[in-house]
Amino acid sequence: MKALSQKRRHPLAAIALLLMGLLLTGGLYAVATTVNEAKASTTTYSANDTEEGGKLFAANCATCHGMGASGTADGPSLVGVGAAAVDFQVGTGRMPMQMNGPQALKKPAQFNDEQTHQLSAYVASLGAGPAIPEEELVNGGGDAAAGGELFRTNCAMCHNAAAAGGALTRGKFAPALADVSGKHIYEAMVTGPQNMPVFSDSNITPEGKKDIITFLKQIESTGSPGGADLGSLGPVAEGLFVWVAGLGVIIAFTIWLTSRTS
Amino acid sequence: MSAASTAEPAFVAKTKTGRFTDFVDSRVGGSGILREFGRKVFPDHWSFMFGEVALYSFVILLLSGTFLTFFFDPSMAETHYDGSYVPLKGVEMSVAYNSSLNISFDVRGGLFMRQVHHWAALLFVASIAVHMLRVFFTGAFRRPREMNWVVGSVLLILAMAAGFTGYSLPDDLLSGNGLRIIDGVIKSIPVIGTYISFFLFGGEFPGTAIISRLYMLHILLVPALILLMIVLHLFMVVVHKHTQYPGPGRNDNNVVGYPLGPVYAAKAGGFFFIVFGVLALMAAFFTINPIWNYGPYDPSPVSAGTQPDWYIGFVDGALRLMPGTFGDWHVEQVWFGHVFTFNVLLPALVPAGILFTVMFAYPWIERWITKDDREHHVLDRPRNAPTRTGIGVAGFIWYCVMWAAAGSDLIATHFHVSLNDVTYWLRALFFVGPIIGFIVAKRVALALQRKDREIALHGRETGRIVRLPHGEFIEVHAPLDEYKRYKLVGFESPQVLPAVPNEHGVVTRKEKRRAALSKWFFEDRVAPATPAELEAAHGHGHAAVEAPEESKSLSH
Repeated sequence: MKALSQKRRHPLAAIALLLMGLLLTGGLYAVATTVNEAKASTTTYSANDTEEGGKLFAANCATCHGMGASGTADGPSLVGVGAAAVDFQVGTGRMPMQMNGPQALKKPAQFNDEQTHQLSAYVASLGAGPAIPEEELVNGGGDAAAGGELFRTNCAMCHNAAAAGGALTRGKFAPALADVSGKHIYEAMVTGPQNMPVFSDSNITPEGKKDIITFLKQIESTGSPGGADLGSLGPVAEGLFVWVAGLGVIIAFTIWLTSRTS
Repeated sequence: MSAASTAEPAFVAKTKTGRFTDFVDSRVGGSGILREFGRKVFPDHWSFMFGEVALYSFVILLLSGTFLTFFFDPSMAETHYDGSYVPLKGVEMSVAYNSSLNISFDVRGGLFMRQVHHWAALLFVASIAVHMLRVFFTGAFRRPREMNWVVGSVLLILAMAAGFTGYSLPDDLLSGNGLRIIDGVIKSIPVIGTYISFFLFGGEFPGTAIISRLYMLHILLVPALILLMIVLHLFMVVVHKHTQYPGPGRNDNNVVGYPLGPVYAAKAGGFFFIVFGVLALMAAFFTINPIWNYGPYDPSPVSAGTQPDWYIGFVDGALRLMPGTFGDWHVEQVWFGHVFTFNVLLPALVPAGILFTVMFAYPWIERWITKDDREHHVLDRPRNAPTRTGIGVAGFIWYCVMWAAAGSDLIATHFHVSLNDVTYWLRALFFVGPIIGFIVAKRVALALQRKDREIALHGRETGRIVRLPHGEFIEVHAPLDEYKRYKLVGFESPQVLPAVPNEHGVVTRKEKRRAALSKWFFEDRVAPATPAELEAAHGHGHAAVEAPEESKSLSH
C-alpha cells in the first residue's frame, strides 16, 4: 500500500489511472451491450455475404452513411447498429430513404431478402450490435395478456392502445402496427428506429418482447368483436361517424317524412 | 271515440270496446284530453324533427341503459379477468371493468345493447345541438319562448353530464384518462380545487369511490333531471304552440299544419322506430368504445388517440390549444407559495363559460337591442336576420375550432401534416375564425336577400333568349306565382333604432350602447320589395318588349 501511495506522483500515474478508468467503463459497456445479444440469432454470415454486402453498401448507402459506414453530415454512422437495424430499415423499405423528411417512411422494399441479408452481414461486421432475433421469439406463442400490459405501459402512448398509430411532434408519427411482421416489431424494439426509443433486454426482456408480439398478433387475428372498428381511432372517429352517417341518415328520413306537405 | 258524457249516466255503449272506453272516459275524461291534444296542429318541416330525435334517443337510452344496469357492477374492488376475451385473460382489473367486459363478451346481446346505448348517447347530444342551432338561426327563441330556450340549454348541459358520467363508468384506460383530466381541471381551481377533488374522489385520485358515485349520478339524478326538464320543455311547447316558417296564410296568430291525430301521431310513432332502427343498425355494424382495446385503468399509461366523446371534445381541444408559456412568461404561476395552474384553469373554464353564458343570455341580449317584445310564432329565414346569422356562425366556428383541436393528433396523422402546425393554425383560428365567419355569413345572408329581392321583382331567369325586332337580345324572366313571391317579400326587416331619451329626457349611457349595437345589427339592410316596387316592376316588365329603352330591367 505504501508502495502504491509513493508512486501516486509518478509522471505516468495519471495515464495509468486514465487507462484503468477507460478499461473499466469499456468493459462495463461491453457487458451491458451484450445483454441485448443474450438471445442473439444463430444467423451466420459467410465472408462472401459480408463482401457482397459491402459492395451493395458502397453503391446504395455510402452517399449518406459514408464509405465504411462512418457517417456523413447527411446520415449517421452505422458502426455498431447491428444486423437487426439493417434488417428492419432495409426490410421495411425505410432505407434507402426516398427523401428527407421528419422521418423515413415505410415503402416497398428495394432489396430482396438475400441482398438485405448481405447488407446486414456487412454492417454487423463493422461492430457489435443487436442481431436479428431468433425465429422462436418473433412468431408469437407467448402470453398475450402479459404482452398487452407491457404494450399499454410502454407502447400505447405513441402507437395507440389498439396499435392504430398516433402523432408525434413536427410531422413525425408512430405508425400503425397491423401487418408488421413479428421480426420487424422485435427489431424495432431493440434498435429504436426513427423516433422510437430503444427497449433493451434489461428494459423489456426477450420473453416480454415475445409477449408483446403475441398480443399484437392476437388482437390482429381477433378482429373487432363489435363490428367495423372505424380505424380503432377512438371517440373522434365515433363522433365523426355519428354526425355524418348517423345524423345524415336521420335527416334523410326527416325529409322523407315531411316531403308530402309544406 | 265514445261521445259519452258523465252527465248522462243512462247511456250504455253497445259494444265491449265502447263500454270499456266509456268506463275510462267517465272517470278520467280521456276524450277531452284526446280532443284537446289530438287536434293540436303541428307545422310540417324536416328541421322541426331534431327535438323529436333527441326525445327518442333519450327513450332508447332509458331502455338500453336499464338492460345494462342488470349486469353492471360499479365496484372498484380488484379482481382478475376470467372471461372470454383472450388478450385480457388473468389481467388484474376493477370489478366495474370486469363487468363491462362481461356485458360485452359473455352476456347475450350485451355488446349490442352497450353499443346501442353509446351510439344513442352520441346521437342524443348531437340532435340536441342541431335542434338548438335550428332554433337559434330561425329566431324561435324570441318571445314567448325565451324560457323554453333556457330549459333547452339546461337540457344540453344535463345531456353532456349524463354522457360524461356514463363515459367514465367502464373504468377502462380511456375513461380513467378522462377522469384524470377532470381531476386536473378541478385541482386547478385556486384554493378550493384540491378540497373539491378529494371530496369528489373520496381521497387521492383515483381512489375507490368514484365509479359508484358517478354511477348513482348517471342512473338516478341526471336522468331524473333530464326527464323533469323534458316535461317542462314539452309542456311549454304545448302552451306556446309550435312555430312555423313564413308562408302564405301563416301569421303570428295561427299555426298551419296537420293535427296530431291521426297524421302526426302515426308519423311520430313511426319516426321513433326509424330512429331506433338506425341506432340498432349502427350498433350492429359499427363498434363504439371498444373498452377491451384500452385495458384496465392504471394511472401511468396514456394511449395515443385518447379523447373524450364528441360533446366534451371542445373543452379538451381548448386545453390542447393553450400554450404553457408566452415567451419566457409561464402561465402557471406561484403566488404566495401556492401554485396557480392558469394554463389548465383558463382553457377548461373560460371558453365553455363564455359559450354557455352567451347561449343562455342571447334571447335577452337580442330583445334588449331590438326592443322587440312582441310575440313571434313565425320564424325568420336565417338570411333575413343577417347579423344574428353572423353571430351564430361565429359561435359555431369558435366551437368547431376547439372541437377540431381535440382531434389535432388525428388531423396530423391523417393529413400528413405537422402536429405543431395544426396547433398553431388552430390557435390563430381560435381568434380569427369567428370574425371571418361572422363577416362571411353576414355577407352571404345579405347577398341571398338581394337575390330574393331580385327574383321577387323580376322573376326567375328562364334561360330563354329572345331577339327583339330592332336586334336587341333579352333573356325572358318567368314571373313567380303569388305563393312563392310571398315567401320572398313577406318578412320583417327591422331598422336601426336610434337612442331615445328616457322619461327624464336623458339619453343614458346604456341606451347609447344599445343604439350602437342596434346600428351594428341593422345598418346593413336589404329591405323586402314593397307592393309599390312589385307593381312598378311588374308594370314596366310587360312594356319592356315594346319599349326597349326601358330594357334595363329585363323582366317579362
